[in-house]
Amino acid sequence: MQEKQRSMDSMEFDVLTEIGNIGAGNATTALSQLINARIDMRVPKVEMLSFAELAEVVGGAETLVAGILLSIDRDINGTMLFMLESSAAHLLVRRLIGSGADDDSSFTDMEKSALQEIGNIISGAYLSAISSMTGLEISVSVPSLAFDMAGAILSVPAIEFGKLGDEALLIESQFKDMDIDISGYFILIPTMESYKRIMKSLGLGE
Amino acid sequence: MAEMVKVGMADLNICHAPDAITTLGLGSCVGVALYDKSKALAGLVHIMLPDSTQVRQNQNRAKFADTGIDMLIEVMEKNGAKRSMLTAKIAGGAQMFAFSGNSDMLRIGERNVLAVKKKLKQLGIRILSEDTGENFGRTVEFYPESGDFVIKSVGKPVKTI
Repeated sequence: MQEKQRSMDSMEFDVLTEIGNIGAGNATTALSQLINARIDMRVPKVEMLSFAELAEVVGGAETLVAGILLSIDRDINGTMLFMLESSAAHLLVRRLIGSGADDDSSFTDMEKSALQEIGNIISGAYLSAISSMTGLEISVSVPSLAFDMAGAILSVPAIEFGKLGDEALLIESQFKDMDIDISGYFILIPTMESYKRIMKSLGLGE
Repeated sequence: MAEMVKVGMADLNICHAPDAITTLGLGSCVGVALYDKSKALAGLVHIMLPDSTQVRQNQNRAKFADTGIDMLIEVMEKNGAKRSMLTAKIAGGAQMFAFSGNSDMLRIGERNVLAVKKKLKQLGIRILSEDTGENFGRTVEFYPESGDFVIKSVGKPVKTI
C-alpha cells in the first residue's frame, strides 16, 4: 500500500469509468441474450461515494436488495459485487423462469438459483470485458447470493474500501427494456496490488 | 416529541432520553451501544474494522473497534456519563455471503465482534446482551429511557435484547 495510490487522480477515475462502461456494455449484451429481449443501456454513472452516501443511491440503508458476490483471482485478485433492487431482481427472475412473485416477497430456491445465474452471467461478462481491455487473466468463483437490506449488503465492499479510505467506487448501470428500467450496480474491489496491476496494464501508474 | 438520532457507517453519536439512537442495516459491521443508566444517556458507534493499527488510513477513529469505543466513551464523558457506570449491548457482525474458503474478508464480521469484546473487556465494561453473527442484516435502535436495544431484520420478528 502506498500513499500515492490512495487518492485517485482524474486520469485514474477516467480509466475506471471506461472500464465500467465497457464492462457494463458487455453485461447488457449478456443480459439481452439471457432474457431474450432487446435491452438498451444508459451510460453508466461512476461515482466515488462516501459510506454515508453509498446506500442512498438505492434509497437508503434499509432498502431491500439482492446482492451477488464473486471472488476473483489470477492476475486480478479481489471481489466483485453485483447488486439489484428487489423489484428489478424479481423482474429479471420472472423474465428468466416465468414464475411470478410480488416485489416484496422473498425468493424461492428456484428463483434464487436463477438470480445467482443472472449475477454470474452479468458479472462474468463485465469481468471478461475488463480482462480483454487489460490483457489480464481473471477467474471467477461460484457466486454467492444474499437478499437483505442495502446497508448490510454494502457493508461487505465498504469494509474492504474502509481499509483504504472513507469512500467506495460504485458503478451504476441502467438497463432499459422497452418500458421498464432496471438499475444494476457494480462494485469492483481489486486488492491494492491488483489495482496497480490494472493501472499498469493500461499504461498508467508507476 | 422524542427524536431518533441516526448514526452512519463508521460514525458515532449519543442521545439522552427520551430520544433514541439508531443505525440502519448493519451487516458485517458491529453496532456497540454504551449506556449510562443513571444519566439516561446512550451512545452508539458503527464499527467497520477490528484494528486501526492494521490500516494506514486510520484517521477516522469511529471506524475501528480499538479506537471507536474509546472515542465514544470520551464523547459520553464530556456529556456527563461516568465511565464506571457504562454497560454495553452489541449487535451485528454477520457474514452476509456464504462462501467456501475461509478468507479474511468473509470472516470480517466475526473478527469485528471479537475485537469489540476484547476492547470492552480491557475497559472493564460489561456486555449485558448481544445479537451477533449469523447471515442477515440488522437495524438497531437503543432507547436510553428503558435500556432496550431493539433489533429489526428482514423477514424476522423484532427482537429486544
